[in-house]
Amino acid sequence: MAKTSRYRCSLLSLLFVEMASAAEMPLNMTQGVTDISQQVYHLHMTIFYICCAIGLVVFGAMFWAILHHRKAKGVQPAQFHESTRVEILWTAIPVFILIIMAIPATKTLIAMEDTTDAEVTVLVTGSQWKWHYKYLDYPVEFYSLLATPQKQINNKIAKGENYLLEVDRPLVIPTGKKVRFLTTSDDVIHSWWVPAFAVKKDANPGFINESWAKVNEPGIYRGQCAELCGKDHGFMPVVVVAKEPAEFDAWIKEQADIQAKAKAAEQELLAMNMTMDEAMALGEKTYLGYCAACHQAGGGGLPGAFPALKGSKMATTAEGKAAHIDIVLNGKAGTAMQAFGKQLTMQEIAAVITYERNAWDNNTGDLIQAADIHAAKTGKKE
Amino acid sequence: MSTVTHDHDTAHHGEHHHHAPSGLKRWLYTTNHKDIGTLYLLFALTMFFIGGAMAMVIRAELFQPGLQLVQADFFNQMTTVHGLIMVFGAVMPAFTGLANWLIPMMIGAPDMALPRMNNWSFWILPFAFAILLASLFMEGGGPGFGWTFYAPLSTKYSGDSTALFVFSVHIMGISSIMGAINVIVTIFNLRAPGMTWMKMPLFVWTWLITAFLLIAVMPVLAGTVTMVLTDKYFGTSFFDAAGGGDPVLFQHIFWFFGHPEVYIMILPAFGIVSSIVPTFARKPLFGYASMVYATSSIALLSFLVWAHHMFTTGMPVFAELFFMYCTMLIAVPTGVKVFNWVATMWKGAMTFEVPMMFALAFIVLFTIGGFSGLMLAITPADFQYHDTYFVVAHFHYVLVTGAIFSIIAAAYYWLPKWTGHMYDETLGQWHFWCSLISVNMLFFPMHFVGLAGMPRRIPDYALQFADFNAFISIGGFAFGLSQLLFVWVLVKCIKGGEKATDQVWEGAEGLEWTLSSPPPYHSFTTPPEVK
Repeated sequence: MAKTSRYRCSLLSLLFVEMASAAEMPLNMTQGVTDISQQVYHLHMTIFYICCAIGLVVFGAMFWAILHHRKAKGVQPAQFHESTRVEILWTAIPVFILIIMAIPATKTLIAMEDTTDAEVTVLVTGSQWKWHYKYLDYPVEFYSLLATPQKQINNKIAKGENYLLEVDRPLVIPTGKKVRFLTTSDDVIHSWWVPAFAVKKDANPGFINESWAKVNEPGIYRGQCAELCGKDHGFMPVVVVAKEPAEFDAWIKEQADIQAKAKAAEQELLAMNMTMDEAMALGEKTYLGYCAACHQAGGGGLPGAFPALKGSKMATTAEGKAAHIDIVLNGKAGTAMQAFGKQLTMQEIAAVITYERNAWDNNTGDLIQAADIHAAKTGKKE
Repeated sequence: MSTVTHDHDTAHHGEHHHHAPSGLKRWLYTTNHKDIGTLYLLFALTMFFIGGAMAMVIRAELFQPGLQLVQADFFNQMTTVHGLIMVFGAVMPAFTGLANWLIPMMIGAPDMALPRMNNWSFWILPFAFAILLASLFMEGGGPGFGWTFYAPLSTKYSGDSTALFVFSVHIMGISSIMGAINVIVTIFNLRAPGMTWMKMPLFVWTWLITAFLLIAVMPVLAGTVTMVLTDKYFGTSFFDAAGGGDPVLFQHIFWFFGHPEVYIMILPAFGIVSSIVPTFARKPLFGYASMVYATSSIALLSFLVWAHHMFTTGMPVFAELFFMYCTMLIAVPTGVKVFNWVATMWKGAMTFEVPMMFALAFIVLFTIGGFSGLMLAITPADFQYHDTYFVVAHFHYVLVTGAIFSIIAAAYYWLPKWTGHMYDETLGQWHFWCSLISVNMLFFPMHFVGLAGMPRRIPDYALQFADFNAFISIGGFAFGLSQLLFVWVLVKCIKGGEKATDQVWEGAEGLEWTLSSPPPYHSFTTPPEVK
């Protein structure tokens, strides 16, 4: 009962405090920003109006009968109970309406599935619980993670405007060009959805799906993973920024440069050693961004689902060290543990392993350097 | 219940009656269709409240943005087990319970054809659900991959509760198949002389067709869960591309079961409404034959539309077109049914007792669920609706205000026959109106939330959805509380009340109304003559 009254209080506060935000939720499907999404919207409205019209006739007749053909009015019930003509009529009319409806739906569907002649192609890879974007025409690729702080989700601090719909690095595409999305997954099935493009395509592990969008207006478009993909399914948003082609070209060139430089710099970094404090600071940041969703911020894991790192054999013994580096680099087949070797820099991996071996009373004193990771990586290849 | 004491006025010897054990053993050993029907119905009611409690947890968490009461993985377990319990524990056993009670009485038989199997098919059910519910207390929690358990989330990436889940689904399936066999054998063999196929009450017809659907698809479900089990534990790769399998294959097999399953949960409801509307309109059912044909067409079409659940999985465009057209076609026989019910009411002399109220609400709200189903059939639009709250709204309209409203209507309609007492009409009307208002507060706004872009199965959401979700949750709590009124009405009616006549309802027709209220322990010991 106490709970109920608390709900009531919070409802009242919701009604009054957030009245302003109430108007923000659209009540209908978005028209979107592509020609296809407009067509989809119009199909949606057409079928909706058809349903309304049928509903009006059927429910109208039903409520007329309820009002007029009631015993309380002293009517005598009629006894008719069959009419082949009427049955044929109300079989044929719906068939006719459906054929009318199927024609535009077929046209739009065929257009939606035509992914030929794309000017830009992006490989979209889902994994628990983030998206990876790789431009097939440019040397640019990156992960896109939820940017909403955990504290907002846990109600410790006020929620931001784009709560749960914000990422650290959005996908950037050009306007006015046909952009093809190839969708796949590294683990379970995800679904990449941007309502403004009317694109929702499942990311199936081991298979590649195609979809496309030609965006008419520059802007920021937000969506979410639409297929249940495990614990943090609700926390893997999609953000796409559409830029004018010239701006896009400048952006992609800049990104290509940055990524090329980072690769070169990584070689130099191999020679540099982090201090324990530096490693722990970078390690904590990396841990909270990539590991804590499963292994939890305190390293305790979730018993039965995700193993604890705190006090684990692998993270606390000298013999476990090589295995520890290996599992972070290459993942563990058949489990949710991913291969982070391609997601994180060697320095980050070194730092996060250092962190895991020293935080939460694990206190091994081990300090791992990027060079160790490099050795493990290359040793593997040989 | 006291049905057992009412059979000495008839002429038969009542052998079973003399040897019948009492107390718990009576219910454990019973082979009587009424006892087993009662057990099924009480079991379904219990499961309805357990599954409902899980829905309350879901709605409480979604009352406000942020994670307050439960964590994300437990939330997923709640949506999963809520779905499984409501589908396999509440709706299906309730219909089987109604079949047990009503089919022998409607066709003029003494009992079901296979009484021992009947006992068994019920008594394995509590074990199935005990296993499923127990899995929630395992280390790592219960199944959290949705009631649709898509691979590889349910194979490589699931906890060990999956094994319990698989075994419990197997037991539920065996129970359903045995129930279905019993219904078919009973209807084929035990009809009273003169009851030809086209004289059977529609409830019997719809259940007969449902039973065939069950026998056709429950083995498919059993196959699916077995493949999940072997993929997870025995190194097979049915659903793993790395071993030559395909995760989308899972969805094809699952929905080949899953779509007919949807009709398994609605065809008996059509039969119930087709019994109730003529009674309270005091006018014969319009288009009996076309109702039978429409039901059969829906059942046949149900095998041709499964992939409309999977439009976003990436199918060839011709497959998408095929499944879109077939799905749209289902609207035709379903429309015929609705038109026939309205035509039955037309120029009738209607009264509005509680069963009729629930049946009328069924017709309107189920049709709304049908409309959103028609919208979902339009493949390009489905890309936008798929896996959003629009879908949640759709299937709750057909399952809650459809299937469950029909079950409640059936309970009110036949309760006086079963117990010999009239239920409390005032309380019943309160129950109806509270349910009607709250169920629409609960599910109608979900259409808007879905169109605005809220995915289903998420424990937390963007701020724009906050107000609607708070409102929906209040509707949910109100609907949950309203069902306590139902329990009150049931208990009151079972304990006593105004004596019901044999006919009970002025306009009621059918063999069950020729029996005493409550009916004798062995319904018809000498077959009645049907003219």
